[in-house]
Amino acid sequence: MKKYFNYIALPALALGLVACEPEFDNDITENQDFYTSGSADFSSYVSVGNSLTAGFADGALYITGQENSYPNIMAQQFALAGGGSFSQPLVSDNLGGLTLGGMQITENRFVLATDADGNPGPARLAGTPTTEVSNIVAGPFNNVGVPGAKSFHLVAPGYGNVAGVATGQANPYFARFASSANTTVMAEALAANPTFFSLWIGNNDILGFATSGGAGADQTGNPDATTYGPNDITDPTLFAGVYAQEVAALTSTGAKGALVNIPDVTSIPFFTTVPSQAIPLDEETAATLNASFAAYNTQVLPGLASFGVITAEEAAARQINFSAGSNFITIQDEDLTDISTMVQGAPFNLDPITAALLSQLRQTTNDDLVPLTTAGVLGTIDEAYVGFLVSQGVPVEQAGLLAINGVSRPLQDQFVLTTQEQALVTAAQTQYNATIQALADANGLAYVDARTALQNVANGGVAFSGGILSSQFVTGGAFSLDGVHPTPRGYAFTANAVINAINSTYGSTIPGVDIGGYASVTISNDVN
Amino acid sequence: MKKVLSVVVLLLVCAVTYAGGYRVSLQGQRGLAMGHTGVAMVNNAEIAFFNPGGLVHLEGKLNIAVGGFGVFSDVKFQNAEFGQTSQTESPTGTPLYLYASYNVSEKLAVGLAVYTPYGSTVEYPTDWSGSHLVNNIDLSAIFVQPLVSVKLLEDLSIGGGPILAIGGVNFNRNLTRNLTDIDGNRSNVTIDSQGLTAFGFSVGAMITPNDQWSFGVNYRSRIDIDVEQGDGDAVFSNVPNSPLAPIANGTYDFTATLPLPAEWTVGVSYKPSDKWTLNFDWNYAEWDAYEALDIMFLNTDGSLALESINPRNYKNASSYRLGAQFDVSSKFVLRGGAYFDESPVQDGFFAPETPRNDSYGFTGGFTYNVTDKLAIDASFLYLTFKEIDASYDSYVEGGERVPFGGTYKSSAFAPGLGLSYKL
Repeated sequence: MKKYFNYIALPALALGLVACEPEFDNDITENQDFYTSGSADFSSYVSVGNSLTAGFADGALYITGQENSYPNIMAQQFALAGGGSFSQPLVSDNLGGLTLGGMQITENRFVLATDADGNPGPARLAGTPTTEVSNIVAGPFNNVGVPGAKSFHLVAPGYGNVAGVATGQANPYFARFASSANTTVMAEALAANPTFFSLWIGNNDILGFATSGGAGADQTGNPDATTYGPNDITDPTLFAGVYAQEVAALTSTGAKGALVNIPDVTSIPFFTTVPSQAIPLDEETAATLNASFAAYNTQVLPGLASFGVITAEEAAARQINFSAGSNFITIQDEDLTDISTMVQGAPFNLDPITAALLSQLRQTTNDDLVPLTTAGVLGTIDEAYVGFLVSQGVPVEQAGLLAINGVSRPLQDQFVLTTQEQALVTAAQTQYNATIQALADANGLAYVDARTALQNVANGGVAFSGGILSSQFVTGGAFSLDGVHPTPRGYAFTANAVINAINSTYGSTIPGVDIGGYASVTISNDVN
Repeated sequence: MKKVLSVVVLLLVCAVTYAGGYRVSLQGQRGLAMGHTGVAMVNNAEIAFFNPGGLVHLEGKLNIAVGGFGVFSDVKFQNAEFGQTSQTESPTGTPLYLYASYNVSEKLAVGLAVYTPYGSTVEYPTDWSGSHLVNNIDLSAIFVQPLVSVKLLEDLSIGGGPILAIGGVNFNRNLTRNLTDIDGNRSNVTIDSQGLTAFGFSVGAMITPNDQWSFGVNYRSRIDIDVEQGDGDAVFSNVPNSPLAPIANGTYDFTATLPLPAEWTVGVSYKPSDKWTLNFDWNYAEWDAYEALDIMFLNTDGSLALESINPRNYKNASSYRLGAQFDVSSKFVLRGGAYFDESPVQDGFFAPETPRNDSYGFTGGFTYNVTDKLAIDASFLYLTFKEIDASYDSYVEGGERVPFGGTYKSSAFAPGLGLSYKL
């Protein structure tokens, strides 16, 4: 009898001892060699950069955007090969707006809302933001991306001084987590003791100029950043100097890293959504407009060309023609010869108002880029101009007809990025990227060609499990509702591009992520 | 003897739960211990499940068998391409059974069987990488079956009876791979319906030409568990407030059908000596009944709010079962067994809610006869599934098929305890 109880006890004992968990032949988490870090050390990863690094999207910085920042996505993958924790200066809510002293200083995020007719479009999420800039969050942080930062801001003391936010001398996002008033972004990055870093800076050195429709100045040749306006193009020599300084600082403790180059800002939806041929006209209106410009086209322009005031080429470019259907926008192009004085004299003898209209007038071509923000201006009445015309004795009704933005009233400089302005952007960008690549090569760092990656997205799109990732505004999946910053899916795509470059430089085997698992634009009707 | 025992012990170290699909092969301690065989073996009242045709052969006037199992199952998932990993949180299932038989005369017996032949409990971490297919699921079905068994000839008996199936389902999954509310909470739906009923039947026959050999066949009919409007609730949560969302937050009616497939079992039992009994059963389940799990979400007026089309495309599948019993003494009986269970899941249809592929079951157990009337039965099952690289390719998002897959490995362990009583 007794021996039988042993037989009973044995299986019971076995039951208690064996965990019975299934085991993979090659478990990716338990096999230390499944993913490798190569010659890199991901134990303390620090990311340095601007809004793209911070996870900014939809015109704001909000928590879920930060959680889907490309550095945070990368850090999750690094964790498979020795990567450590990754902390970010998370804002307080998913609305995204900032307050300073209780006053809202930046707007809430965009969401995709529907209007009364069910048509979808970006709108600001409703709500009172809770992220107070003067509530300093304590670091050190692994993500020191600062929305709005340009190359030289990263080494500028006081850029995170709360006292300077109201005056525009400091950056509200950096002020939130700067450990002291005089610290620099680079100092905050180094405080996290990076063993590995990524640096993506320089986009804003051209982006502000581009998104302002070229309203700023090209500062090429002027290395004094203190004289720059917010929309200026940074001098490439200044860029090269501060970028080298930043790379030297980040590599000073032996950390390895990845340098990310600057994409063509002109391939983002902010510039590709509004067509340059955006003015719908019926046949009658087109004929009326053509009649009013007939003398300009057939007499003024050929006359000016024959006098040698403008070239025949410019005379051709300045022709104004309308037809039934979609028409090119009329603009004031500062790069054209100003003819306003000339046409007031003989033989044209035009009145001052007409002369002002014609001064630098042309229609856009397919090569001009119309910023997304211009969409709200096209076809509206320039009320200030109406007032001016009335003060000059023009009857109100006629003044209204002469003040239609983009048609009878040419769009001013800031509403269109002309081909000449694009060339300035491209020239600076090309030099920045040459600097970045040279420093990557010189320091043995991974060079991430974000420019090519974005071109692939913009030119036909990139396939993923579930569709095509493209730069199409709202529907393409890559860009958030501000038309400039990526969606979580776009950031995941970015993370994969950076990981690929790291793997090929350091011989690591970090896996990319499935970008289809990341969201595109956020829908909500909780809007103002 | 000692060797036999140590083998049994080894086989018992871990035990398993589920057979192909959402079939549960845990219907009695004695049958399970012998590789879940028993269509041709008259042992105790468990025969009510395995082959009601054999009820009439039970000794004594009254036979009762009751018991239950603790089921511990684990599923591990990994996708090396993206570094995704997941593991189910071992939910514990407790299938129970009760069988009773009363011999009215030498040629006629009546009985009652209550058992749980179908079920599935899988619980992944919420929002895991396959959460658009399942977060968690709990399927159960209890069969209640009155039985009658008749000895037609000295060596031929038949039996059977109607089945009342009582089913329930609770299932949660995310709506898509990435739809969230404004705070990033994943949009999801929970469907819940309990106390659903449906009817079926089982019939069996047993041939006992001599004391050494017996043969059995059993058929259990297909039963469709239908969820109709009003039978359950589908609760959508964390859906963003937008007409662009597929549906709005709230509670909806839904309709769905879950087929419990028909199955055939044929088997043979052989007694080479007084002490030994050997069983072989072949079970064939008509899983092709499970073509799709299509759920229609309905508005209160009965109109369609959203549909969820989920092809399953199961194929018919067999399992091959072997079992042995050794009477150590009049007090103690040892059993062991093994089976191979072919998966009904076809390539490209490997859904994580029932992560089943071909599996091997190893079983063992014993009976201790406390008295002539009362016995304690115990068993273990360890079920190990082959490691498999598999995917589910029929999930559609934005008109595109989006495969989800990786490497799966599952195992299950089920210790059981029961009582047998005869009078």
